[in-house]
Amino acid sequence: MTDQAYNFAYLDEATKRMIRRALLKGIAVPGYQVPFASREMPMPYGWGTGGVQVTAACLTPEDTLKVIDQGADDTTNAVSIRKFFERTGGVKTTTHTAEASLIQTRHRIPEEPLRADQILVYQVPIPEPLRFLEPRESETRKMHSLEEYGLMHVKLYEDIARHGEISTAYAYPVKVEGRYVMDPSPIPKFDNPKLGGSPAIQLFGAGREQRIYALPPFTQVVSLDFEDHPFMASKADHDCDLCGCSTSYLDEVITDDRGGRMFVCSDTDFCEARRAQGHRGRLSPEEAV
Amino acid sequence: MSDLSGGFAEVAQQSARAFRAVLNAMARPGQLQQLEGAAPPAPLSPAAGAVLLTLVDQSTRLHLAPSHDTPEIRNWIAFHCGAPLSGAEEAAFALGAWEALQPVARFAMGTPDYPDRAATLIVEEAGSNPPNARLSGPGIETQVKAYLPDIAAFQANHAGFPLGFDCLFTARDTVFGLPRSSNVEAL
Repeated sequence: MTDQAYNFAYLDEATKRMIRRALLKGIAVPGYQVPFASREMPMPYGWGTGGVQVTAACLTPEDTLKVIDQGADDTTNAVSIRKFFERTGGVKTTTHTAEASLIQTRHRIPEEPLRADQILVYQVPIPEPLRFLEPRESETRKMHSLEEYGLMHVKLYEDIARHGEISTAYAYPVKVEGRYVMDPSPIPKFDNPKLGGSPAIQLFGAGREQRIYALPPFTQVVSLDFEDHPFMASKADHDCDLCGCSTSYLDEVITDDRGGRMFVCSDTDFCEARRAQGHRGRLSPEEAV
Repeated sequence: MSDLSGGFAEVAQQSARAFRAVLNAMARPGQLQQLEGAAPPAPLSPAAGAVLLTLVDQSTRLHLAPSHDTPEIRNWIAFHCGAPLSGAEEAAFALGAWEALQPVARFAMGTPDYPDRAATLIVEEAGSNPPNARLSGPGIETQVKAYLPDIAAFQANHAGFPLGFDCLFTARDTVFGLPRSSNVEAL
């Protein structure tokens, strides 16, 4: 049941209007980080306060909410945010990607392709892709306005000089519609190709850093690279040990202190659905499931 | 009708639904969305009334173009939104028919550092006209046809990207968006 002491979806209406105005400007200028007056939420910074505020501003009573944390529906962060909106919004929740109309995510894009009637909300820790290269906000703002992104290419080049390849594996910078360089949040670069051309609306909220940005559907999103070192979406070179999938993004799980390890789908809903269909991996023989 | 009626009865729920329609409108340029729930005084359309209730408040300056600058509409906005009225140059939102909003170059386009500090125009349309423009760009898979009251003005607006104003076209209980990111061609 909805906790009656709270407004629908927790935030007051004036705050939602402020966030909604920022979201619309973010949609109008894809990839540009819109400053917004982020509120303190009843959870610590770093636990998705930005994503929660964006979700609260978008949520309708008819929505079905799914929350994932590194692909998993059953981790503390995902469970507590789901419960938060069950209590303050009275909305239905689900763990199935296909059933959800609004998905809040920390650091993954679901394996199952998204649809036009779905919204994906990202939790973003550091929205500024240039921040680790230039700590001053006044300077990074100027660099965005002048489209001065040489520094980012220098960083990727130094990767190549040091490691022989672009070693950036997550939060891999992208260019949106040939204009703004954007941090896709710390999703693995495996997920980068799903950012562009998606039929779903993608919204990004950074609570501590007070920024909102957005990708409308079917937006052109290009991962930065070089002609002789093209971008490559990489994953662990294994199959899932539970469902046997060879194309999904995998987590490596240490199983003992003698070097034992297993690889499992990071997207738990995807993995469970495959196992329910009868797919099996190395460590899940038929009888054990 | 009294100035006090015609707002949202269930503010949180109805404005949430209205916002989703407006979000879809801006994210999918040129595609009509249903937008209901408001009953503002004429000539303000229900869709434009819902946009005002959802986005406009004490912290946003609103410009009323002559077509919509009536005592009834002023009173309705004062009661339901509380938005301070302003001249075109300072406005975050502007409301009116396309002709009444001219010249649109007056409106805030944002700055190179802060392109979000740009006006949103709520353009009231009389009704459905045959499409005269082809739209493409973010939010559009290939292309979309729409009726725009002016082609050249929106081409000029897009040419200034990432600066420029964004439009919501409202008629009766429908809305469609045209952000500055949309490329506009005459049909």
